[in-house]
Parts: sequence; structure tokens; C-alpha cells
Amino acid sequence: MSARVGGLGRYVIQRILLTFPMVFILLTVVFLLLRVMPGDPVLAMLGGRNVSAEVIAEHQRRYGFDQPIYVQYVQYLGGVIRGDFGRSFRTGNPVLQELLQRFPATVELGLWGIFVSVILGFTSGLIAAIHADRPVDHAVRVFHIASFAMPLFWLGLMLQVLFAVKLGWLPVASRLGGRMAFTFKPLTGFYVLDAILRWDGTALADVARHLVLPSITLGIALTGLQGRITRASMLEVLGMDYITTARAKGLPERAVILGHALKNALIPIVTVLGLQFAVLMGGAVLTETVFSWPGIASYLVRSIGARDYYAIQGSVVFIALFISTINLIVDIFYSVIDPRVRY
Amino acid sequence: MAERRHGLWSAIVRLLDWGLRKASGGRRALRGQHVLNIGVVMVLSFVLMTVLAVRWPMLSGYHPTLYRDAPRLEGPSVSHWMGTDHLQRDVFSRMLSGGAPSLIVAFSAVALSMTVGSLFGWISGFVGGWLDRILSLTMDAIYSFPSMILAIVLVAMFGSGLQPMIWAVGFVYIPTYFRVTRAEVLQVRETTYIEAIRAVGASNTRIVLRHVAPNTVNAIMAVSSFNLADAILTVAALSFLGFGLPPPAPDWGFDIQNGQKFLQSGAWWLITFPGLMIITLSLGFGLIGEGISDLVNPKRKRKGV
Repeated sequence: MSARVGGLGRYVIQRILLTFPMVFILLTVVFLLLRVMPGDPVLAMLGGRNVSAEVIAEHQRRYGFDQPIYVQYVQYLGGVIRGDFGRSFRTGNPVLQELLQRFPATVELGLWGIFVSVILGFTSGLIAAIHADRPVDHAVRVFHIASFAMPLFWLGLMLQVLFAVKLGWLPVASRLGGRMAFTFKPLTGFYVLDAILRWDGTALADVARHLVLPSITLGIALTGLQGRITRASMLEVLGMDYITTARAKGLPERAVILGHALKNALIPIVTVLGLQFAVLMGGAVLTETVFSWPGIASYLVRSIGARDYYAIQGSVVFIALFISTINLIVDIFYSVIDPRVRY
Repeated sequence: MAERRHGLWSAIVRLLDWGLRKASGGRRALRGQHVLNIGVVMVLSFVLMTVLAVRWPMLSGYHPTLYRDAPRLEGPSVSHWMGTDHLQRDVFSRMLSGGAPSLIVAFSAVALSMTVGSLFGWISGFVGGWLDRILSLTMDAIYSFPSMILAIVLVAMFGSGLQPMIWAVGFVYIPTYFRVTRAEVLQVRETTYIEAIRAVGASNTRIVLRHVAPNTVNAIMAVSSFNLADAILTVAALSFLGFGLPPPAPDWGFDIQNGQKFLQSGAWWLITFPGLMIITLSLGFGLIGEGISDLVNPKRKRKGV
């Protein structure tokens, strides 16, 4: 047991060390590409007005654009290591602070998105596997393939048209409606948790209503993959000898599936769940844009529009760090649920 | 008018189906590949439709950009059976040629990333050592980052339009081909027949070009079909966010963004039809990918991985 923990510990350290070059490479690529991109950020910031050369030079000095590129690069890198992502041109606030403010919104949306995809994908995959090669199976597989081909932003808009505009059951966009947006005082930034902590039923209902459509939109994006892996993994396990043994000794089918097969089928499913965070963040860009969700993905899109260099760089590094961390956690979890995995 | 269009459509589909049956009839491997055939028919119909609509803009009876005499924002009717938009244009005529940007960008980008990615993959897998390590690490870094976000950041840097989109989307998929070819090369490199060829005195270049590269083709074909399906969605998203062609040009993604403005007034047809076009085309490529994967690995078909 102690040997295993030691191996795992070494593996964790190795993985953490391997995370750094990844974030570093992405940072470098984005930094260099931003520098060759046409358009002067200082002029964009000053709004293209008739400004004197001194004002421009002053701003260039303030943001360090008068320095050679390699000096800017080293300075930026040093800043990131100290946790300083620079200041946003638009607001003048530190980029990291702005990202941290919006981060809970993205995570909350992501978690509910995963929840929806697990419910839809896992259940449908399980049903398809149990009824393999029967009509139900074919229908589910078509649903899975179609969910791959669905443009997320379009799905979001269609849900808005149907449930918000035509039926009026749910709000069109944002995290909180009307007066609530001004009166609700968040604690952690995770609104569902905040509403519960504040013991505020009306707020909780409002937060939940606003979460439904974005979560379904994001969830459907992940359902196809989740469902296919569940089905395949379950089918593979169901074909194994020990399942035949379990059936042969007269166990009811329910016990065979839930008690014997499901546990082993879970391993690839959990792995996929972890890998989905990259897809999730990509989907979050479109979902947040369509639903005016104040998260980091929509922050990135707006920063691009304003050529806000430090905000773009900061968002990319932040997202890269987030995904690497999640992947690391999934890898560790993987070793816990599958004792065969040794490091 | 509507009947004649419908007749033309079914004639095209029937012709394609007949051609496919003829073409695949001789080869046993292609017989019974319904998924693949359906996918090919879907994609070919879309390509044909787009080419015809771009060549003859009056195909549907209305010009996609110049015709401005329809009633404003009217739902589907007999004369405009996908409705009309806020600039009094016919939505159906815009749908016919609106796939051109998606198809051009998707095909070019996948060709670009396939060339660059496979080349690096072959080199990396064959040379090995520190070059392989650096390339793999860089590719893994790009691969692990959300492709949609990377594409948006890149296209914002390169500027909007077709060419920047090709560069951006192409760049994003490079690691996919790198990984597939590198893995394949590593596997093939260790086989006895490569060892035998090497013993006979074949050069590295010859081994890669004559023996390793052909072995990677199958995997690359399947991957590129799935990539095309994904590229169609990425291009649509980029156009939706406003990085595509400038306004009057018909483009599904951009037309959806446009329709979003009239969503509150209940103009569902402005976003529904472009979306259905995107889904069908992307689905077509996806089915081709499924079909090829089943062909390459028959065991897969049963398991459905």
C-alpha cells in the first residue's frame, strides 16, 4: 500500500512538472502571435481619436510597448509566475482579478452542463447497451451522432425561441433576472450555493430558472461522446466471461448489470468525463455568448473585440491552467477507481 | 415553381444514388456500407447544390443578395418557402449558396492541417530523440487546449475573412494528424517487415514514403472525415461570432447571427433553416467518418466505439 502511494506521489509530481511546459508553450504561441497581429493596441485603446504623439508614447511606455519584444516577453513571463497577468486596457483592473471574478460563473455553468450530459449520455448509453442492436439502440445511436453535428450556438438560440420567446416559461439570458440582479449579494460567485447560503428561496428559484437553458445547451454538446463511450464500454464488459458466470449462477439481470458490469464499465466513462473539459470550455464560449453569461469565455470574446492584449493572453493562460489541473485530478482519480493502474 | 424545384432535387439525389451503386457495385468492401453511402450522398448533394447556386445565383428564382422585393420578415410561404429576412431577401436562396464559405474553409483547412500534421508526425516518429520530444510536447499543448477557443483567438489575430479562417482552423487540427501519424509510424517502425527492408538496405526516405506512409492512410482518412464534420461547426461558429465574410455574402453562420436580432419578435425561420443546413452537412461528414472507420476496422462496427 505504501509503495503504491509513493508511486502515485511521484507520478503526481511528474504530471505537475509536465503541466508547466504546456502552459508555457501556449503562452508563448499566443504572445508571439499577438505581436505580429495587425493593428496597434494603444491606438485601439485610445479609440482612434486625434491624439498627440506624446499621449501615444506615454501610453506605450505605461504598458511597456516601447520595449523590444523579448524584453516584453520576459517581463510578462515574470509577471505570470508572480501571479500578475497585467492590467486590462479597457477597465484598468488587473486581468487576474477580472478572471477570478468571472470564473465561478463559468464553473457553475460547466458543472450543470456536465450534470445534464451525465444524465442524458450515461442513461442513454446504458439503455442502448442493454438493448444492443434493437430499435431503441439504433434510435439512441442516431441521437448521439446528431448531437455531435449540432452547432451549440444554434441549439441555444432554438431553445431561447421555443422556451423563452414562444412559451415564455424561462428567461432568455443572463444569470439573474430584473430586480434580483441588483438586490442579490453573492458570497462565493456560485449563485446556487450563494442562494442556499443566504437561505433565499426566491433567489434560488430565479438562479435555477436562468440555469436551465444554458446547462441543457452545454450538456447536449457533451452527450454524444459520453453516450457512445458508455455504450461501448458497457458492451465490452457485458461480453466478458465473469458476466457469463454471473448470469449462469442465476443472478437476476438487474444485479448483473448494476452490481457486476457497471463498476468496471465506469473506468473509461470517467476518463472521458475528464477529457471533456476541453470540449466544455470550447462550448462555453458559444453558450456564454448566446446567453450573455458573465463567465471567462465571454470575457475572452469581448477582449478579442477590443484587442485587449493582456486580457486575451491572461484568459488563454488561465484556461490552459484550469484544463491542465482538471486533467491532473482526473488522472489521479483514475488510479483510485482502477487499482490495476500503477505509477 | 416549387414543384419543379422539388422534382429537380429528387432527380439529383436519385442520380447520385445510382452513381454510387454503380461505382461501389464491383467492390465487395463497399457493398452494404449504408452509413458510408448515406454520408457520401449527403455531402455530395451539398457540394453540388452549393456549386450550382454559386454559379447560377438565380437557381431558386431569387438572387441571394440582389433581390430585395420580398415582404419584410415574413414566415415561410408558397413563394418564399423558408421565409424572408429583414432586408426583404429570400431565405431559401441564401441557404443554397450559404454553404460555400463553410465548404471552402473546411476542405482547405483540413488539407492544410493534414499535410503539415502528417509531415511532422512522420518526421517526429521516425527521427525520434529530442526532436520527437519537443514536437510531441508542443502538439500535446495545442491539442489539450479547447480547439474552438484557439480558433477564435487565432482568427482574431489573422483578421476576418476566408483566408484567416483557413489558417486558424487549419492550425488547430495539426496536432490531430501529428498524433495519428506518429502513433502509426511508431507501430509500423517496429514490425519485422520494416526491419527486413532496412536490412536489404533501403534508405529512410524510401521506407517512410513507400512503406510507412501508405499504412497511415486509412487512419488519416477516417480522422479527416470527422475533422471535416467538426470544421463545418467551427467555421459556422466563427461566422456566427462575426469573423467570417463581410455582410451581404450569404453564409449560414452569419445568417444565424443576423436572425438572433429578430429572435424576440419570433422570427424562428431566420435561425432554424441555416442551422438545419449546418447539421445536415456536418452529419454527412460524420457518417462518412463512421463508415470509413467501420470499413477499416470491422470489429468496431459491432462495438460502436
